[in-house]
Amino acid sequence: MDALFFWFFALVAIVSSVLVVGQRNPMYSVLLLIVSFAALSGLYVLLNAPFMAVLQIIVYAGAIMVLFLFVVMLLNVTSEEEEGNESKPRFVIGPGPRRFGAVLAVVLAVQLIWALRTIADAPFVDAAGSDTSVRAIGLRLFRDYAFAFEATSILILVAMVGAVIIARKER
Amino acid sequence: MLPEPSLNTYLALSAVLFSIGTAGVFLRRNLITILLSVEVMLNAVNLTFVAVDRFLGTVDGQIIAFFVITVAAAEAAVGLAIVIALFRHRQTLTPDAFTTLKW
Repeated sequence: MDALFFWFFALVAIVSSVLVVGQRNPMYSVLLLIVSFAALSGLYVLLNAPFMAVLQIIVYAGAIMVLFLFVVMLLNVTSEEEEGNESKPRFVIGPGPRRFGAVLAVVLAVQLIWALRTIADAPFVDAAGSDTSVRAIGLRLFRDYAFAFEATSILILVAMVGAVIIARKER
Repeated sequence: MLPEPSLNTYLALSAVLFSIGTAGVFLRRNLITILLSVEVMLNAVNLTFVAVDRFLGTVDGQIIAFFVITVAAAEAAVGLAIVIALFRHRQTLTPDAFTTLKW
C-alpha cells in the first residue's frame, strides 16, 4: 500500500514539476507548483515526518506560493515575450546557450542517477530506540539548535525590511 | 506489483526533481518562473534530508529542512521585491533585458 502511494506521489511530483518548468504562463506555473508541494507533503507523511508534511503545506503552499501568486497578479504578466531582440549578441542571450543549459540539466540527472546506482540498496528499517516524534523535533530545535533558530529570526527580519525597501516606489 | 521504495528510490526521485529545477532555470525567460524553479530545487534537497532522516532514525535532517524552508521564505520575499523593482524599471520580466552591468 505504501509503495502504491509512493509511486503515485512521485509521479504527481515529477509531472507537475515538469509542467511548472514547461509552462509559459507564470500563473499556471505557480498553481502547478502547489500541486507539486502537495505531492511532496504526501511523501513526507510516508517518510514518518508529519511535521514536515504540515510545514510544507502551511508555509510553502500557504505562505510562499501566495506571495508568488500575489506578485504574478500584481505585475500581470501572462506570458513570456517572444524570442528576438536582434540588437543583443546572439551567443550570449540566444536560444543556443539556453538549450545547452537544458542539455547540462539532463546530464546532471543522468550523473546523479548513475552515482546513486553504485550504492547498495538501503531499505528503511525502524531503528530501535529512535524517537522522531514532533516532540523530539521540538526538543532538539529549541535546545541544540536554539542559536540557529534565533539567527533565523534575524534573517527573516532583515529580509522583511530589505523587501520593503527594495520594492518601495522611488520618489 | 510495484517495488517497495527504499532510500535509493527517494534519492533518485529527488535527483530527478533537482534536475527539472535546473532545466527550468536555464530554459525559462521569465524571472518569476526562474524563482519558481529554484523553489523546485530547494524542495528536492528537502526531500533528500527527510529521506536520509528516516533512514538514520534521527530528526536533524527535518530540522535542516525546516531551516531551508525558512530561508526559502526570506529568499522569495527579497527575490520578488527585486522582480517588482526591475519590472518597474523596464516593464519586462525577461532576464535578457537586465544586462547593463554585463557589458
